[in-house]
This record gives sequence, structure tokens and C-alpha cells, in this order.
Amino acid sequence: MGSTSSTLSKIPNADELIQETGFTSAHLARLFERFEALDKDKKGYLSPQDFEAIKELALNPICDRIIGAFFSSGQEMLDFSSFVRILAHFRPIDNNRTKEPNSPDPINSRINKLKFAFQLYDQDKDGKISRNELLQVLRAMLEKQVTEEQLESIADRTIQEADLDRDDAISFEEFRKSLEKVNIDHKMSIRFLR
Amino acid sequence: MDRIDAGILLALLSFGANAEDSPKPTTTKPPAKPTEHGPIYTAPPQPLPEPEKSYLPLFTLNYPRVQIPFEITLWVLLASFAKIGFHVYHKITIWVPETCLLISIGLIVGAIMHSVHEQPPAVLTSSVFFLYMLPPIVLDSAYFMPTQPFFENVGTVLWFSIVGTLWNSIGVGICLYGVCQIPALGVQDINLQENLLFASIISAVDPVAVLAVFEDVNINEQLYIVAFGESLFNDAVTVVLYNLFNHVAELPVVDAADVFLGVLRFFLVGLGGMLFGLVFGFVAAFTTRFTRKVREIEPLFIFMYSYLAYLLAELLSISSIMAIVTCALTMKYYVEENVSQRSCTTIRHVIKMLGTVSETLIFFFLGVVTITTDHEWNWGYILFTILFAQIWRGLGIVVLTQIINPFRTIPFNFKDQFGLSYGGLRGAITFALAYTLPNTIIRKKLFITATIAIIIFTVFIQGISIRPIIELMNVRKTNWKLGTINVEIHTRLMEHITAGVEDLCGQWSHHSLKDKFMRFNNRFIRKILIRDNRPESSIVALYKKLELQNAMEVLDTISGDISAAPSLISMHEEKASNKSSFKPKRTFLASDLTAMHEILSKNMYKIRERTMSYTNKHTLPNDSRAREILVRRHTSIRRSLRARSFQGSESARSQKYFSLPLGQSLDTGYATESIRLNADGDPALELHNRSVRPKPRPRSKQPRFSTTRARLDPLQELHSTVNMEDEVRAEESSHRPSRQSSSSSNSRSRAPLQRHSSLGTPSVGEDDPEGDEQQLESPPPAWTPEPPDRGSGGPRNPLLRRAQWKPQDK
Repeated sequence: MGSTSSTLSKIPNADELIQETGFTSAHLARLFERFEALDKDKKGYLSPQDFEAIKELALNPICDRIIGAFFSSGQEMLDFSSFVRILAHFRPIDNNRTKEPNSPDPINSRINKLKFAFQLYDQDKDGKISRNELLQVLRAMLEKQVTEEQLESIADRTIQEADLDRDDAISFEEFRKSLEKVNIDHKMSIRFLR
Repeated sequence: MDRIDAGILLALLSFGANAEDSPKPTTTKPPAKPTEHGPIYTAPPQPLPEPEKSYLPLFTLNYPRVQIPFEITLWVLLASFAKIGFHVYHKITIWVPETCLLISIGLIVGAIMHSVHEQPPAVLTSSVFFLYMLPPIVLDSAYFMPTQPFFENVGTVLWFSIVGTLWNSIGVGICLYGVCQIPALGVQDINLQENLLFASIISAVDPVAVLAVFEDVNINEQLYIVAFGESLFNDAVTVVLYNLFNHVAELPVVDAADVFLGVLRFFLVGLGGMLFGLVFGFVAAFTTRFTRKVREIEPLFIFMYSYLAYLLAELLSISSIMAIVTCALTMKYYVEENVSQRSCTTIRHVIKMLGTVSETLIFFFLGVVTITTDHEWNWGYILFTILFAQIWRGLGIVVLTQIINPFRTIPFNFKDQFGLSYGGLRGAITFALAYTLPNTIIRKKLFITATIAIIIFTVFIQGISIRPIIELMNVRKTNWKLGTINVEIHTRLMEHITAGVEDLCGQWSHHSLKDKFMRFNNRFIRKILIRDNRPESSIVALYKKLELQNAMEVLDTISGDISAAPSLISMHEEKASNKSSFKPKRTFLASDLTAMHEILSKNMYKIRERTMSYTNKHTLPNDSRAREILVRRHTSIRRSLRARSFQGSESARSQKYFSLPLGQSLDTGYATESIRLNADGDPALELHNRSVRPKPRPRSKQPRFSTTRARLDPLQELHSTVNMEDEVRAEESSHRPSRQSSSSSNSRSRAPLQRHSSLGTPSVGEDDPEGDEQQLESPPPAWTPEPPDRGSGGPRNPLLRRAQWKPQDK
């Protein structure tokens, strides 16, 4: 598409981004268009309010956490490269990627997807999902009337199942282990449109 | 009384005798029939031949009068006895599918009949099959289809069933036609149309047995649902093709216009059927909105509407199977919200029963017919049929999978494909269709023989061998049954994330489509079709329904179960020993997990999954889950009593503290919650209470008796004047604690508050109910959820260890 190259030229570090995230240039161009569409005030960066303005997203039970995942470390401005880097987590895993021993895992590897999900639980960034954090997420997801004690027993059970070192919290390793049979790729991938 | 009865009986018999005898001249005076022309005597006017007096016959035999219903009943009974017999020896049913056994019994009976030179009753005519036997089978499959996986895979299912069946029919038909040309086989008189007709008949896949095997080995969900769905829809396609080819077979010459019309008709028929089904489904759902006062006949609406859809579709010659399938699928979702719990259970049971009876009869009949009819055996034709059927199915699956795999998120690998193609058994519908071929087809007997051959081949050989093969091949498995709660929560979270990110990127995918549909559904459709549509009550309503239903089932099993008593004692001791130590960790009943899964699965797309997957075609699901839910319910009631310390500060957004109604503080909200729970739970429990109370008493042994009594009585105490679910719902709507009409519930509500306020020591609050239960006395003030644990824990003793509720203090 002719517009791709013109769009690409507007993106700083386009090649670097392509390299790092594994998106194709068509993907990148489209994402940039989306970025600009979301950035209604043409600030050049996105703020949480721009995200909250997305209607469908606002209906999502964990929308604030998702938004929080983009704006990690409290910053209020999201530039395009960060935007894309985070979205890169959702690229389907490339099965035929050759594994070079020295290069770091690509952003969309299984581990990184899991880390992304983990960070949505772990708001205080201590590397563990505490019972409170779990309860908060549960409360958010279970929008209907679930009684408090049901929530609590669910949270207790969750921790009990996963918690191998008995510290009453779920560490990333335990999290990963509990999901080892799940097809993460299926759950956390989007087919990005060109 | 007896003499009157005897007199009536005699009178009836003599009427019968008279009826039978009336064509012959009677020796008694014929009855005078008063008409305007004066009495008419039915006897001939000649003088009566014998003036002797014949007495009132005491015993007469009037077989022709009852012959048809009598024989049908005997057949059904016989087949049902056979089914009972299979389960006597458990090992058989694992290795040999039930259909095999049914056919075998049929063969035996057929042999018996053949040896006494009897003919099987000629009941399996075309109209009987299509109008009476097929709808229950199809309704059964459609109603118990697990909806969510189905809709996720609907494209694949339709693809395999429609295109696959077409592929099979046409491929096999043409190949057989080619084979027919070989003079050596002596079947040259079968023309192309007839071959196609035959091919369409034998491409109807009915993997009933295979589904049972799949379920047993926990095969991956995708494969399962595709097999299930394919079998269902390809019945529809087969019947359409059958009618099409039937019609075409009678035409001497087929030209292009006919073919084109045929294709057009095919689509028209299919889509028309679907539309019909949708309309009827909605009408049925709408009707049930108003059936609150006529609960007893609620199930009737379901059956009548689906049957009506079927018949009307038959009337218009559109695909009646599609109509009834879509009707069932649409109806299920809405109707199960509107009807009472009992009606829900009734509907499910009756559908299952009818479907099973129908299918059993057909297989049984198959066995009998195999022996008793004259066959026309043609080695070549039959062997080629079997060969081609297998080849084309395998080929078809492979090719179709290759085409559809890119569109699937989880592609099928070769093992899946093998499972799918090897699992293509032929079954009831194939046989019935062949048997009811019109007699204008010359080689009808050959077709019947070939059909029976292929059915027996696939059912016996493939049906028996598929289990070891699947296990050997290590086909991908899904953990169908309850996975860990962890997995459920985390996968939900991930799905939410993904949906959110998709929205972020402004993309559509099936996640967001589904979301949109559900929102539309919630906003418009539900308002029209569902009575008392308050989406916020969904989980609690579902809980009550499920647990009521399952509670009833539990009690059924408990009363008949002997092992309850010892486990009571063992649990007793266990509890006593555990009381002393406060273990920080609490064990969860498997019941809780079920319930947790239920809660969790409610939320992604606000979809209500009503029916548990009744995946085994021959049985309703076992009640372990049921029992567990009941127990879990009780424990949750119990838990609601416990004082607990709130972690009040964690949630940043107090207005989104979802388990509270808005505008209430935590404490009052909590009390409301528990009260609401009480009022919700108990009238509901009381409902089943009433219905089942008579039952356990006569049958139970002492310890169990006191268990149930202890259970029932406190529930009795918790009785509120509300005794119907809908009224409970009405209660829910007002949301406030003051709504209870009976004082008992008020006092009850005070009790938890008191406990609640005594706070501090949660263990104390917990000990009280436990202490009470330990003695199995008459009811403690409020709760005895323990006994149900024990009672129901009995049969599943190792699995259902009692939970030790030690709340966590933080």
C-alpha cells in the first residue's frame, strides 16, 4: 500500500521497532494510524484519558488495569514506541523462529506474555500476587453479585492451588507453573490487521 | 368395592367380547339401537340358528385390540432391560460401546424370533420414523449441546457437516456407480441416482459411541465439539439429500436444470429450517415468560414448540432437523431462565429419556431385522461400499481440515483428524433411512443389507477399537472436567485483556463480536423474552437453580446409598480432631471448585451456561458435581455467618465494590448479603425440602435419618413464607433486608448479625454450628450445613472431605 511507506516515514525509529517487536511495516503503519486516531488532541503522545475514551474498552471489567499496564511507572504520556512495544506482546507466537541462544526472548514469547498478565495482577510490583491483589482482580472480573465470602474462598483456593512455597502469595514462577498446560498463545494473541 | 370392580371388569370384558364377536351372528339378542325409525336390530332377520343360551364370558382374550401398543411397550421394555443389563458388569461398558450391546441383544432376540418364525412388528415405517422417532433423537442432541464451545466452533462444525456430507455422498455415490459398471458384480441395474441416494444414506455419521469414548479419555474440546456438532448437522444434511435424491431417483432423466434446482433447494431448505427454528425458539421463550401460574405444564411448551417446529417444517418440506435444532438451541437459553427449577429438570429428563428410548429402539430393531429379513448379499457391492465409505471419509476430513485450519485459532493436527474420521460410525439414522426407502427402488434389499453391514462394521469394529487407538495415539487432551481455579481465573483475565487490547487497536475478532452480541442480547432480547429480567441476579439465580436441582438428585442418591453411615462417623472423628488445631490452610471440597467455576464462568461475556455438558449421550451427567454444589451451597451459607475481618482498605474504588449494593457501607452490606443469601437460599432449599422430605424417612437408616432430619429441620426453621422461586426473585429485586415477611427470617437475620458483631474470634463463631452438628441434634438456632456435607459426602467419601473452615485473618 502506498500509504504504508508514507506513514512509516512519520514514525521515528521505524526500523528499530520492526526489528524489536517483530511487527511488519504494514502492521506498524496501521498501528500508527490507530495511535493518531486515539490521540484526539494531537499531542503526539497518549494519555490515560485517551484510552478511557474508547467506548468498548471502558466496558471491559479490567480496563483500568489494562490502561495501567500501558502507563506503567506512573507516567502520563505514552509515546508510539512504547505503545507498540506493549502491543507486541500480543503478537501470535512465531513457531518457526530460530532460537538464537544469545538474543533475548522476543517480546511476544510465552514467558513475556505471562509476565504481562502477571503484571496486571501485581500492582505493587513486588513480584508476587498477594491475596489482596488477587481479590481485587477477582472483584473486578466478577462484576455480578458474588458474595464476599465466595470471593474470598475463591481467592484462598487459588492461592492454595498455586502456592508451592507457602508464602501465601503467588510468585511469577508459581503463576507460570500453574498455567503450563494452557495454550497461552491462543488466549493472549491478536491477529493484527494490516 | 371388590365386587363392583369385578363387575366392571366383567362388563368391560364382555364388551370386548361383544365387540369381537359382533361381526358374527350372536346367539344373544342383539342390542337395540334406538333411532328415529325405531329400533334396529343388527342381527340378520332369519331365525336364530341355535336357541341355546350363551353365558356371559368370564375371561376373554382380546389381543388384536391392544396388539400395537402392547408390542411397542414390550419392545421398549425389553430394550430398557437390556440397558440395565449392560451396566451390571461395569467393565463391559468401558470397552464395548452401548450401541454394540444393543445391536447384539437385538440380534439375539431376532434369532429367537426367527426360530419361531415370527416377524418383527412392522412398525418402522417411514412416517413412524420421521414423525415419531427422529425428533426426540435430534432434540436430545441439540438440547444438550454445550453451547459456548459450539458457537466458538460453529464455522468448523457447519463446514464439516455440510460440505463433508456432500463430499462423502457424492464421492461414494460416484465411485459406487463406477463399481456398478463392472459386470462381474451383477449390480448393473443400479443407476446413478440410486447410487447417490444410497451414498447419502450411508454418509450420515452418528458417533454416539465415539462421543462416549471421547469424553472418557478427555479428548480435546475442539475435537469433541466438532464431532458432536458434525453428527447433529449432518443428520440434517443427510435427510435433505435423501429427500432430494429420492425425488431425483424417480425421474428417468436428470438434466442440468434439475441439478441447479437441487442445489438451490438445498440451501433454501437449510436456511429455511434455521429460520423456522429461530422463530419458534423465540416464541417458546416468550411464552414461558407468562407461565408462572401454570408451572406444571411448562415443560409441555418446550416439547410442543419444538415438535411443532419440526412438523411445520416437514409440512413445508424444509429441513425439519435444522428447525428443531435451532429451536432447541435458541429456546434453551431463554427458557431455562424463565421456568421453574422443577420444570427445568423435567424438561431435561424427559428429553433425555425420549431420545434414549428412540435410539435404543432403532438399534434394537436393527439387530432384530438383521436376522429376520431376507437379505440380498452381494459381496462386491458391500465390500466396496465399506471401502469407499472409509476412504472418502478419511480423505474428506483431511482435505476439509486443510482448508479450514488457517481459519481456526487452534488448528487440527493429524491425530485429531484421524480421530474424527475413524470416529465416523454409522448409526440409527442411517438404518432408518435405508429401511424406509421407497419400494420403487429395485435393489432395496441390497441397500438394506449393505447399510446393515456398514453399520455393524463401523459400530463393532471401529466402535470397539477406537478407545485403545485413541489412548495409544495420545490425542491432545483437554482437561474437560474442572481444571484448577487458577487456570480458570487466569485464562479469564487473559481473555479480558485480549478483548480489551483488541478494542484498543480498533479491531474486531470473535471476542469482540461475541461481546457485542451479548450486549445486544442483554439490552433487547432478554427484556422481551425473559420474565423478571434483572441481569444482576444471574449468579445467585443460577446457583439456586443448580443447587436445587442437584439437591434433589443428591437426596435421591443419598437415600439409596448405604455407605453414608460409616463416612458420617469417620468425618465426625476427623472433625473432632481437627477442631483443636487451627490450620491456616483450609481444604476445599471439590464442590466448592465446581461452584467457583460456575461463578467464574459467568463473567466473561455475561453468558449464562445453563446446562452442564451432558456429553455422554446415554446418560445424564453423574451427580457428583451436583452433590458438590449442594454441599458447597451449605458451606457458603455457613460461611456467611462467620465474622470476618474486612480488608476494607484495599479497594481503591469503593463505588465499585461489586458485591455490595450501592450506597451501603461494608457492614450493613454484608448483613444484607448474608440475609439475602439466607432468604434466597432457604426458601429455595425449603422448596426442595418439601418435595423430598417424605422420601428419606422410610428408606434411611438411623444415622442417615438423623442426618437428613437434622438437615431438613433447620431448613424448615429457616422457612419463610416464600415458597416459590419467582417470589424469591421478587424478593431479590427489592434488595433490602426488610422484605422478609415472616418473623422467623427476621430473627434469623438477627442471629448472623449477632455472630457477626461478636467478631473477634472467627473460630468461636464457627465452632458453634459445628458443635451443634456434632451432636446431630435438633436444629441449632440457625445453621446446620454440616450434615448435608456428611450425608452427601458419604458416597464419594474419599473425594469430599469436609472443609475445615478456618477463615484467614489478615
